[in-house]
Amino acid sequence: MTGRATRPGTAPTILTYLWLVIAAVLLLFPVLLTVLGGFLPSSALLHQPPQLFSGHWTVESYVKAWNQPVVPLAPAFANSLFVGLVIMAGHVVTSCLAAYALVFMRTPLRRPLFWVFLGTIMVPYESIVVPNALFIRSLGINDSRLSLVLPFLANGFGVFLLRQAFLQFPRELREAAVIDGCGHLRFLFTILLPGTRPAITAIAVWSFLQGWNMYFWPLIISSSNNSLNTLQTAVFALKDNEGGSPAVLLAGITITLVPTLLLVIFGQRWLVRGFTAGAVK
Amino acid sequence: MTAPTVTSRKPPDAVSAGSSPKPAASGRGRNPREAVLALLFLVPGLAGLGVFVIFPLFQAVYLSTRGNDILGNPTRSVGLAHFAELFTPTFGGLLGQTFVFVLLVVVPGVLLPLAIAAPLTQRLPGMKIFRTAFALPFAYSASAASVVWLIMLNPGISPVNWALGLVGIPAPDWTTDPTWAMITVAGVTVWMVSGFNLLVISAGLAGVDEEILEAARIDGAGGLRQFFSIVLPMTSPSLFFAVVTTTLSALQALGQVQIITDGGPNGQTRTLVYSIFDNAFHNNNSNFGLASAQGLVLLVVGVLIATVQFGVLERRVHYR
Repeated sequence: MTGRATRPGTAPTILTYLWLVIAAVLLLFPVLLTVLGGFLPSSALLHQPPQLFSGHWTVESYVKAWNQPVVPLAPAFANSLFVGLVIMAGHVVTSCLAAYALVFMRTPLRRPLFWVFLGTIMVPYESIVVPNALFIRSLGINDSRLSLVLPFLANGFGVFLLRQAFLQFPRELREAAVIDGCGHLRFLFTILLPGTRPAITAIAVWSFLQGWNMYFWPLIISSSNNSLNTLQTAVFALKDNEGGSPAVLLAGITITLVPTLLLVIFGQRWLVRGFTAGAVK
Repeated sequence: MTAPTVTSRKPPDAVSAGSSPKPAASGRGRNPREAVLALLFLVPGLAGLGVFVIFPLFQAVYLSTRGNDILGNPTRSVGLAHFAELFTPTFGGLLGQTFVFVLLVVVPGVLLPLAIAAPLTQRLPGMKIFRTAFALPFAYSASAASVVWLIMLNPGISPVNWALGLVGIPAPDWTTDPTWAMITVAGVTVWMVSGFNLLVISAGLAGVDEEILEAARIDGAGGLRQFFSIVLPMTSPSLFFAVVTTTLSALQALGQVQIITDGGPNGQTRTLVYSIFDNAFHNNNSNFGLASAQGLVLLVVGVLIATVQFGVLERRVHYR
């Protein structure tokens, strides 16, 4: 990864580390506070500054956050997982199929269709949230989880990114497969998809994060039905109820962060590779 | 991206079920079965986007000319009354605040990750750990980040206020002081976007050509000169990508505004998206017509900004 072999002297090296440590304190203290704060007794947390390493640890706040009755976190966790996974599956499936048709098939209106997909990227979700909310209400699925994900199953950005990846797929492999009499479905599933896994993983990670962290739409949908809270709207409700106990709040937030922190730590390689191939080059 | 290793070469007679045996895939001539299959492949994506993105756009135009009955159902036509409301000083102020917010997010939101990513490219121990750690804020949703920062700035606990106190600076009322509220919300957003931007910019910096730098070094170019004349131009595609994505996420920020200040104090942190939310969904306001009109403004503003960025900025981007 590191491309440059600058061999700086000792003084610049110390300055570099000094700057990085300052930046780390600035940027990472909130992360440290989130994760550790939930394990601290209130007395240590309500100290100024918070005594993060006082040596007293407790899981009491986590238990309290998980069991508090106002916005139960267990169903919210299930909703968030549902939203993240279904949106991820939806993006991957619809984007793969559409990008495949645009790249490898004789598709009527190929160009204009590509521009349609591209054009939808330009539409901010907030511009169309009102008609979508009214439409979902009129469908009468207000109390079903389906209403949380239905508008987000297809995504123009996914089509765009996978099209770029498919275009970069070696022509010779495609031609060899055709000569061997390999049909479209077989080529797609046994050769192309395994071969473009970095881009597909990037889309999957990205769309899971999008779904899991979505805020505006669940806020609207769950305003009429609390059982459709996701963790993100639950945190907001928790803030109003547990505002007096930062430890419980921080524990609740840490619960919402578990999947995304893991994805960022272990999935960032995929994200960067997938995005930079399509967007930066 | 590396070339994939393909393991299975299937026997030539094998033709997968459902797919047409077509030797003409890369040849000329029309193949109706293939065209049908292509349309089938396109249907899920087109249906999803058609029903929930393209059609709602037209609906938004329709809704923007409607008023509501008592139940909130859009019924009677009000003509262009909602658009007339957009030519008022109030809405002008709202647009102005939106632009200020975007600027307050984009400029530091790209420069700060650049200033951190640049030293990370040096071959020193621990850089990988730093890079992973710096990406962590990317895991935060708007609501999680907002609530954590409310605690960070809560006068009773605030480590920020404590640190300021150490150097003798009295802490402002972060969320209730009209001059600070916008800066606070923007600052939290900068913190949120810095993780992803750092990843993007790091990837760009890693692609800088070592040989060119070596040549410059031999020609006697100093560190700063190398950075501004070589590294920065060669990183410009990823910087451009970071600018565009950060602009869009700042323009569309809702959670931060709603949770940290709820548009206050005194409407000082109202942005376009917050206003859409407020008019349509907050406190059962149900003013869907005005919200739709503002949504169309958001669309136009977004397209305008993107056009300007692609037209002006991208010309200065150096693609290899």
